[in-house]
Amino acid sequence: MAAEPLPEVAAVYWRPRVDARRLARRERWWTAYSFAHVGPFLGIAALLMALQPLAFPLAAICVAHAVLIPMLYASRGANVVRSKATGTEAAQARALGLLGDLVGHDARELHARTGLVLERGELGVWLVGPAGAILVRPGGRRADCWCVRVAEPDIPPADRIAHLLLALRADEAGFATVSNLAFSGAVRRVRGRIPREMRPALDAAAKAAR
Amino acid sequence: MSRLIRMDQTGHTTLAEWTAGDAEAVERAVAEFRAQLELGYYGMVSTGEGHAEQVRELPLDAELVIMRLPISGG
Repeated sequence: MAAEPLPEVAAVYWRPRVDARRLARRERWWTAYSFAHVGPFLGIAALLMALQPLAFPLAAICVAHAVLIPMLYASRGANVVRSKATGTEAAQARALGLLGDLVGHDARELHARTGLVLERGELGVWLVGPAGAILVRPGGRRADCWCVRVAEPDIPPADRIAHLLLALRADEAGFATVSNLAFSGAVRRVRGRIPREMRPALDAAAKAAR
Repeated sequence: MSRLIRMDQTGHTTLAEWTAGDAEAVERAVAEFRAQLELGYYGMVSTGEGHAEQVRELPLDAELVIMRLPISGG
């Protein structure tokens, strides 16, 4: 996709450039990391019940931990597409015009409904929001949530998306290298935690990634 | 007519407009483009559906050149 790497990559020189292989490895780490959080709690719960059924309340607390911790991680991932309103309404209207020029009819219509822009890439299908992006990987089952933004505080949301979209289109791997991976896991885990109006965008991305 | 725009707090601002035959307008656009680079903006042009390219010199044949700010991990 890229003729030249994003200049922002130089600011994170210590990070290896993201590619499909490295990303798959990071995803495996995320899965192992999640299991490392969940497994011990479930194991302790099972052990407690086996040793002393009266320890049921303690076992239930362990199970609750095993459920809550992955939920918190998924919520952190979902937060990448939540954003505060910035800029004036007039600026947003003007920015929407430019964003509309950058994307096709379907993406424009999806953005109007959900606030996210769908963009196909080599790593998967991206959903770009004002302060981050969700990458739905090929197959449509796993989502990687990336935190990435423009530092200027007063830029309207549509312009923020346009900034990210242009950077993504210029150098997808560089875009992923610059961004911070906030979560990687099943699409359904992210879907349950993003705002309801954004869910059709995630469904569309998952469908496009299959 | 080609346009140089900058994404900013107003949505976007048109910084220059030019046609290939208008040497004075081209000169103004090139100067404006360089001034924006000095301010830390990056020049971008769309190169087809789903593709964009960063440019270090103003591409005079491009219809639209967009200046964007740097991005960073949040």
